[in-house]
Amino acid sequence: MKKTPLSAVHEKLGGRMVEFAGFSMPVQYTGIIEEHTAVRTKAGLFDLFHMGEFWLTGPDALKNVQKVVTQDAEALSDRQIAYTPMCRPDGSIVDDLLVYRWNAEKFFLVVNASNMQKDFDWIKSQLSGNYEFEDHSEKTGLIAIQGPFAQEILQKLTRQNLKAIKFYWFTSGVVNGVNCIISRTGYTGEDGFELYFPAEKSEMMWNALMEAGKPLGLQPIGLGARDTLRLEARLMLYGNDIHDQTTPIEANLDWTVKFAKGPFNASDVLKKQKEGGTAKTLVGFEMGKGPAPRHGYAIFSGGKKVGEVTSGTMSPTLQKNIGLGYVPPSLKEIGKTFEIEIRGKMYPATVIQTPFYVRKKDK
Amino acid sequence: MVPTNYKYTKDHEWAKMDGKKVVMGVTDFAAKQLGDIVFVDMPQVGTKVEAGKTMGVIESVKTVSDLFSPVSGKIVARNDAIEGDPALVNQDPFGKGWLVEIELANPAEFDRLLSPKDYEDHVAHCGH
Repeated sequence: MKKTPLSAVHEKLGGRMVEFAGFSMPVQYTGIIEEHTAVRTKAGLFDLFHMGEFWLTGPDALKNVQKVVTQDAEALSDRQIAYTPMCRPDGSIVDDLLVYRWNAEKFFLVVNASNMQKDFDWIKSQLSGNYEFEDHSEKTGLIAIQGPFAQEILQKLTRQNLKAIKFYWFTSGVVNGVNCIISRTGYTGEDGFELYFPAEKSEMMWNALMEAGKPLGLQPIGLGARDTLRLEARLMLYGNDIHDQTTPIEANLDWTVKFAKGPFNASDVLKKQKEGGTAKTLVGFEMGKGPAPRHGYAIFSGGKKVGEVTSGTMSPTLQKNIGLGYVPPSLKEIGKTFEIEIRGKMYPATVIQTPFYVRKKDK
Repeated sequence: MVPTNYKYTKDHEWAKMDGKKVVMGVTDFAAKQLGDIVFVDMPQVGTKVEAGKTMGVIESVKTVSDLFSPVSGKIVARNDAIEGDPALVNQDPFGKGWLVEIELANPAEFDRLLSPKDYEDHVAHCGH
């Protein structure tokens, strides 16, 4: 099992270590609900070293990005970021990623740890013309600070005016004496930042952030709370909600698919789905008191299996059971009901508005 | 330290004799390993249970685990407070977080459960 530059720090902090995507990572420190609540009400710190970071540069960088992802990287301003799926020609999702545009000849791609090699090979196979494509995952450290106090805490460590960085924009700047990419992004549904820097600086960055955040209640956050936070915000988990057999249209990620930019990988298939509909669609639902929905549980309607739960949990913020799952389009409207089979018994579920949780806007 | 007047199982359940009845729950070690408990599926009163066999499910935010019966017999009571507040199991696993009461079919079964010391040795082997 691989270690992150912070594995020892997590153990010292009492993190319960598990294997995730080949890395030894903390699933929790004090408890998932407490950590979850800290991010919603104060701030939390995440070690995300495991994520993959690629650089795609050169005169044909933009053209290649445009082909590979569904978002429109030409429409992005320099220093703007897009969340985007990346599809095969048949529409199936290779991964979802963040595309950072420095300029038309310089892009930074952040991919899921579990897909790193697959993504690198896939992108490489799609590239043409004059470009350079490099995997910097091993040498790139990544720490996220998320929550209502994230900006206030991070501001203590940098002269960069953080207020000026809008959501899904980034800048390069010095934090705690280290050159970083400072990105206003995250996977929690809260305001916050993700910092990329040389991996060997991980421990000093982590400690400085913890120190700066202590008076404001900053806590380290494990994978367990990361999952419940992202699910409340209806952020996709690759391998669960989207995977090799789903398309962005089925997953209701239409807003990330920019047909207007011209042809790209899978644009014809996705356009057909967008216009003609799909056999399954991803919906959010809630359930009453009782067992929580979980990945893989069957969804039933009219006595027949019609779909599957892709993610589910007891929501710490909403204090009720919530989940995502694929159902036929006839069941996608808010208020529609179906049943979920849990250990041989049927439990009712109702389609509700997502995201399940939306943060109150900043003052 | 686990209560010295209880008996234990290798599945990290405790049992406390009360006349011909046994009250049971999960140990603090189990509660900690599971993390925040959000739901316990307990057998109905009247259900027959068998020692070492699954009689329910205990769910934390992250995991689903079987709940085993420490002894054979019949469920005569369940802790309904758990339904409204499953966190009781984390907060007070040996007290307010009790789960069910079982009328013993065979009292000798209770004696065969682990002593507090044997259980603590068992935990020492599981933990680290």
